[in-house]
Amino acid sequence: MAIERNMALTGQPPKSLNTKQKIGVLIGISGLFILILAAFNVNLPNKGVWLSISLLAIIGGIITFAKGAYDHKLEGIKNDGVWFKSMSSRGVLAWIAGVALTGFYIVLYFFAELLGLGQGIDGANTGLVGLFDPLSRLMSGNPASQWFVYGTLYTVAIISFGVKFLLKYKHNKYEQLRTASVMFFQTAFAFVIPELMARLNSDTFSLPYNDLKNMWPLNYYAFEQWRVDQFINAQTIGLFFLILGVFMVFVVSPWLTYKYGKRWYCSWVCGCGGLAETAGDSFRHLSDKGMKAWKLERWMINAVLVFSVVMTVATISTYLGYDSSKYWFTKSAFLISVGTFLTLVFGGVLYYKRHELNKGAIKGAVGFFALTLGFLLLIGFVDLNGLQINAKYFSFGLNENIYGFDGALRSFYAFGIGSIFSGVIGTGFYPILGNRVWCRMGCPMAAIMGIQQRLFSKFRITTNGGQCISCGNCSTYCEQGIDVRAYAQKGENIVRSSCVGCGICSAVCPRGVLKLENDSLEGRINPTEVLLGNDVDLLSLMNKKN
Amino acid sequence: MKHIVIIGNGISGVTTARHIRKLSDHQITIISAETDHFFSRTALMYVYMGHMKYEHTKPYEDYFWKKNRINLKRAFVKTVNHANKSLRFNDGDSMQYDQLVLAVGSKPNKFGWPGQDLEGVQGLYSKQDLDALEQNAPNKTICNRAVIVGGGLIGIEMAEMLRSRDIPVTFLVRETSFWNGVLPAGESEMLNRHIKKHHIDLRLGQNLKEIVADENGRARAVIVPETGEEIPCNVVGLTAGVSPNINFLKDSGIELGRGIKVNPMLETNIKDIYAIGDCAEQHEGINGRRPIEAVWYTGRMMGETVAQTLCGNPTTYKPGHWFNSAKFLDIEYQTYGWVFSAPRENETHFHWKHEDDTKCITINTNATNGTFIGINTFGIRMRHEVFDRWLTEERTTDFVLNNLKEANFDPEFFKHFEKEIIVAFQKHQTTNT
Repeated sequence: MAIERNMALTGQPPKSLNTKQKIGVLIGISGLFILILAAFNVNLPNKGVWLSISLLAIIGGIITFAKGAYDHKLEGIKNDGVWFKSMSSRGVLAWIAGVALTGFYIVLYFFAELLGLGQGIDGANTGLVGLFDPLSRLMSGNPASQWFVYGTLYTVAIISFGVKFLLKYKHNKYEQLRTASVMFFQTAFAFVIPELMARLNSDTFSLPYNDLKNMWPLNYYAFEQWRVDQFINAQTIGLFFLILGVFMVFVVSPWLTYKYGKRWYCSWVCGCGGLAETAGDSFRHLSDKGMKAWKLERWMINAVLVFSVVMTVATISTYLGYDSSKYWFTKSAFLISVGTFLTLVFGGVLYYKRHELNKGAIKGAVGFFALTLGFLLLIGFVDLNGLQINAKYFSFGLNENIYGFDGALRSFYAFGIGSIFSGVIGTGFYPILGNRVWCRMGCPMAAIMGIQQRLFSKFRITTNGGQCISCGNCSTYCEQGIDVRAYAQKGENIVRSSCVGCGICSAVCPRGVLKLENDSLEGRINPTEVLLGNDVDLLSLMNKKN
Repeated sequence: MKHIVIIGNGISGVTTARHIRKLSDHQITIISAETDHFFSRTALMYVYMGHMKYEHTKPYEDYFWKKNRINLKRAFVKTVNHANKSLRFNDGDSMQYDQLVLAVGSKPNKFGWPGQDLEGVQGLYSKQDLDALEQNAPNKTICNRAVIVGGGLIGIEMAEMLRSRDIPVTFLVRETSFWNGVLPAGESEMLNRHIKKHHIDLRLGQNLKEIVADENGRARAVIVPETGEEIPCNVVGLTAGVSPNINFLKDSGIELGRGIKVNPMLETNIKDIYAIGDCAEQHEGINGRRPIEAVWYTGRMMGETVAQTLCGNPTTYKPGHWFNSAKFLDIEYQTYGWVFSAPRENETHFHWKHEDDTKCITINTNATNGTFIGINTFGIRMRHEVFDRWLTEERTTDFVLNNLKEANFDPEFFKHFEKEIIVAFQKHQTTNT
């Protein structure tokens, strides 16, 4: 058994830190320390200055650390010591980071008052949230909320770890562009634009906080009544955003996924993906590659998808039910059109792609489809709002409100999936489970795009004939836990619903075997028995049998 | 149901077993003295460098073997008795077989250097060698310097490994330029510069005279005959190639040369005994290949082939066009078709190198009719399938260059160099005609 003799800050290369990296750690920790002081209600005068110092120190510290790590090295793969370093190999530092992050998420989601939200005179902010007031006022004109604090730190993490990633992969143009893209979308679309747009709001006009790229069903509250009402009330501009949201889900996303695979979103645009690819990059190799994890993934992610569809349909049909004059749709028209749409899509897939699906996939799909339709019927014919459900039973007592059926579904989803799964586990457990647990196991948006990527997309990872030496770098560094090698060593293209197209398998391959490509649908999935390079007669004999 | 026993759980033996299982219900046993499960030998370097753990080098999960009814036995075969078709193990046990496949791989070469068996002197081939290196060179405090002897693919891998722990490395290369017995001068010289950029003390044209021991019988220094210099070190890596691991077969009656002699059916001189992979030696090289090919994919292909024969479909080993790949520190290398260190008779080389000194290609052409013979490419990935097709179609080098883009396999958005290469080629042609 290997004994861990060193924490990451000491020890021998490649574990040890050089002087520049140590300075980076010092600067970054001091920035973090200011935030911690504020969180413990130390009264900092001139909050704007302290906040600026803190955020700049965090960014500067991370970038200094990265420059220390990579600047003096030649361009190439930088994975030396990944499995030796405490932080990136589930060592002591990783557990400390995991517990700290998890704790932060729990406080953020459920005990925001501990961060100082509305704890001052007349509901003013104190503590950590208070520290962020000046920046929030500067941008939206409003005092900060816990979500503003989170959004700011989130953006800071993507930017600074994004720079680290850019330095690490300076030889790889694909990685560079992809990372620049997620940095841009996070900063502009998720942070600056919505905050500035809040300035347009007045007593007579108001738009909900609207991150354009955050699409349903990842954005599970996209079609909740308060949001839809706000959009409708904001007239032309609101309707534009509402329709754009629907257009993105049903036209833009399928089109881009067809052309480029789900990577256009997951590793180029998405905020969750953005954090995973930047701050989470040091943990990508921790994903579980075993067959059991894959089986779990397939059940879990599709179950979440069904849940999110049912919840959204229940929500919409409820407000259509009692207030249909305000909308264009009645409840039954809505339910029938959803049912018809899903049946057509499902039937079409099953018919046209029946040869590409194995028995297990068909069984699972039929099961999930039946479940969805069952719920639709339930919503259509049973007045579920007579049900009264106390949320304390599924929220560990954090929420004691009593809801009708749709409200309970929403509340359960928001708590169980939105907060616990995507936040506390998905991000808090980066250092233990890897950086894409949420994206792989839970994201309903990834599930939809994944089904499409598997069946109707030009995207695949091509393997290069007989060059694979089964070394396993590709599988090890696949953040989605895909056993890439299992395909590469058979000379078979990788066409997997979970692949987010991060391109790292291709980057770390020492033999030039893997290439992310968009090409024709013909021959996209190409199981082979014998690889290129052997006797041509044997090749055709063996491969014809398939 | 016959019992097929395979000695060796490397890529050759395991491929054989997998294909036999696909084709038949025969009883299969794989014997290995090295490890319980198949792992990728080529990935051992990444374990030392901390890119992967040993677990990650296993291409199949441990449940795979039972599920596919492939028996694994951890044992060292001492003798093969073909008269009664049995194997005897080190511990005295024995096993009967109906058909035997020898896939026993190689061992590092030792050329009788004084001190070659001292503590701290090792090759880099087996899992045991990896464990030994972890012992001998855990860090730069315990290992102040390592000397590597032999400028081939394993030598440069070992240098890269040790450098990842910041251990000073002296690299003794007998040739006047790195791997120039295989690579043309332009490529070899580019690699010399790249090796030095990685702070490896590259000594070209220098040999090993002897390894000097300290009072505990550990390597303390090596002596270089060319300069008479004594280089102090704690670890000596012997990486002057590998040879078939066949000592245990000496008195078996199986015909041996450097390796186990086989015909193109991969049969030895003894009925029902086959040899594949690194340890097999063809009576004559096939299609210009060497009689012994210690290459990952040839092992795999021989496994694919012999499995057919064992399952009632007698098949000769007929490898297609030569190809290979490697990585030299940060520079990837691929080759398709034949390019030799110097043009053979009636061949001409075209060499292009990028100004950043990390990318180059060399194309070998038939001087009479302009037919494309082969390409070496460094820092640019190429498509195997495309070059294999062009070689079969006997395309000209003109054609290859004009369609080079089709063969490019670099990741998206990477800079392309086809135009630059064509311009250089045109210039090359005018100066050469």
